Amino acid sequence: MKYIDEFQDPELARRLLDDIHATVTRPWALMEVCGGQTHSIIRHGIDQLLPPEVELIHGPGCPVCVTPLEVIDKALEIASRPGVIFCSFGDMLRVPGTGRDLFQVRGEGGDVRVVYSPLDALRIARQNPDREVVFFGIGFETTAPPNAMTVHQARKLGIQNFSMLVSHVRVPPAIEAIMSSPSCRVQGFLAAGHVCSVMGVEEYPELAERFRVPIVVTGFEPLDILEGVRRAVRQLERGEHTVDNAYARAVRPEGNPAARAMLEDVFEVTDRPWRGIGVIPDSGWRLSPKYRDHDAEHRFSVGGIRTEEPAECRSGEVLQGLLKPHECEAFGTLCTPRTPLGATMVSSEGACAAYYLYRRLDVPAAAAREASPVV
Amino acid sequence: MSDITDLPAPALDVEGWTCPAPLRDRPRVVMGHGGGGVLSAELVQQIFAPSFGGEVLAQLGDAAVVSLGGARLAFSTDSYVVRPLFFPGGSIGDLAVNGTVNDLAMSGARAAWLSCGFILEEGVELDVVRRVSEALGAAARTAGVEVVTGDTKVVESGHGDGVYINTAGIGLVPAGVDLRPQRVVPGDVVIVSGEVGVHGVAVMSVREGLEFGVEIRSDCAALGGLVDAMLAVTPDLHVLRDPTRGGLAAALNEIAQASGTGVVVQERDVPVPPAVANACAILGLDPWYIANEGKLVAFVPREHADAVLEAMRAHPLGKDSVVIGEAVQAHAGMVVARTGLGGTRVVDLPIGEQLPRIC
Repeated sequence: MKYIDEFQDPELARRLLDDIHATVTRPWALMEVCGGQTHSIIRHGIDQLLPPEVELIHGPGCPVCVTPLEVIDKALEIASRPGVIFCSFGDMLRVPGTGRDLFQVRGEGGDVRVVYSPLDALRIARQNPDREVVFFGIGFETTAPPNAMTVHQARKLGIQNFSMLVSHVRVPPAIEAIMSSPSCRVQGFLAAGHVCSVMGVEEYPELAERFRVPIVVTGFEPLDILEGVRRAVRQLERGEHTVDNAYARAVRPEGNPAARAMLEDVFEVTDRPWRGIGVIPDSGWRLSPKYRDHDAEHRFSVGGIRTEEPAECRSGEVLQGLLKPHECEAFGTLCTPRTPLGATMVSSEGACAAYYLYRRLDVPAAAAREASPVV
Repeated sequence: MSDITDLPAPALDVEGWTCPAPLRDRPRVVMGHGGGGVLSAELVQQIFAPSFGGEVLAQLGDAAVVSLGGARLAFSTDSYVVRPLFFPGGSIGDLAVNGTVNDLAMSGARAAWLSCGFILEEGVELDVVRRVSEALGAAARTAGVEVVTGDTKVVESGHGDGVYINTAGIGLVPAGVDLRPQRVVPGDVVIVSGEVGVHGVAVMSVREGLEFGVEIRSDCAALGGLVDAMLAVTPDLHVLRDPTRGGLAAALNEIAQASGTGVVVQERDVPVPPAVANACAILGLDPWYIANEGKLVAFVPREHADAVLEAMRAHPLGKDSVVIGEAVQAHAGMVVARTGLGGTRVVDLPIGEQLPRIC
């Protein structure tokens, strides 16, 4: 994996930046859809190096951030039940539901385990036939295929004590929702490379044409992001709006047919609420009727949980690019990664958390208010 | 599934978007309280320190420096609860010696004596206890410290991970040595004694059954000899820290906050071995926050930095020592990294434990 260094090469980065600076003639607003890209942009200081005319708007592509509050509450309820082993990827443990998170449930005696793959949860189910094992299946098109494969395996192997709490979301409907908003300022998209490595790019030409925006499939290393920005700016300056694959080393136009076939078999498309955004039609996946036996929501009868969210957070405006994280009055005071008011402060891929972690110099007043104690 | 082109545009009511109330207080202990970050600090500052009181404790160093009979003693204790008990490059026995010896070394003291308390779980094999003890004894001999007192307790099956160990140590602080973050001044040079993130990834790879293509071995080692070599150049080092829980980032933040100076680190100068960088990239972790068990961070007066660095590189445990940054007047109490591309970012204290990311 030595190649990672090559995609962080300062000399090559300088050349790309020079090209962007030479190309841009007026202000442009680009949205990087994926939280992984947001994290990389802020962590490497890429936004500070771009010309002031190029504004990066941080999109809603953090799977942790956009998982609806009521789904978190369902997870907390299931994880609290006796006899349940609740398995999750690590960063979901810190996401606050109503008054609690999964860490809290574990502290209260719940058996909550961090796993690195849904197949780990399946293995735990086989090792504990007298316990109900539930995996928290969230994320975009990137994490959906292995989760689908795991449910498929559970059914194939007849592992009855395994189920999945599913809250998967899809990127293209979110792009459509953002572009359809009257207040939308986005003029071009950096599409999430890893999503496209699964799904391909065939959903994007129609969006690029209908909304007249360039969509550049972009990777995650600094040079990938700069190349994505360079190509998007070049298109905008020329008045073009096509789909361009700047991440060809990972993305084929057709994506990964085997993964797509697995998704087709195990999931069905559904409307899905996004935390901080609202319901976006056809933007999610749920288990198809064929796999309903492994649907934790059905098995534990938590479908009726409905959660009202108090209106204290402006993350919706942040996700729309109408507000920079540090322009929110709660940023760094009421709202920090430790006490997140909203989804975008929860995960390190959320725009607010990335700003808080890496950009507090830009907002020293907030930093001073949140001085950490020393041990 | 409806055809996307037939759908009416969803009316996104920006003003109406909402988010949950925050999780402000935790009524129970969570794992993050032991992670060496903000939660750990608050536990100590809000519960333990007020209960115990005392000026020495209030300094909250890794070791307390106290005077007794005209001598300055460094005194420290630490508990070891690592899983698994044996990992590439070491064991809980090695950690139990080296961790406490290093806490003493960071105050300039050579550890003289250790106490050793074992908490054993009912059912653990005696052979395991024997192997841990032998490792602990060997590590003590290597570090030049003697285990002079101890204790054993057994807890019921299911109430421990086989073996927990607590060690406490005492050592003499040499005359003229005063290592405290409060002595740091702008202009001090920041040196790290080698590659960071190795121990945490080594343990994680075994504990979680993760394969990273190459074996990553813990850097677990006793640093007393390296510190002696540095003090032989000048007793006027300002502060030393062994960046264990919370890693390099936590150590730098603690020093910045306690000294009231800013710290600037050149990201590209911080040595991270490729295997650790790759493992962290896969898991979405930051190597600067990963525990080390055989490294130190030194803040050295600029006029002594070259000589101290040379002495460190001449020692086997410091051969990869590098300058990674400096203390500055600006952004007091904060650590800022200059990124490889030329940008900047704040390097914060971790909140609790780092969590592997979803994607």
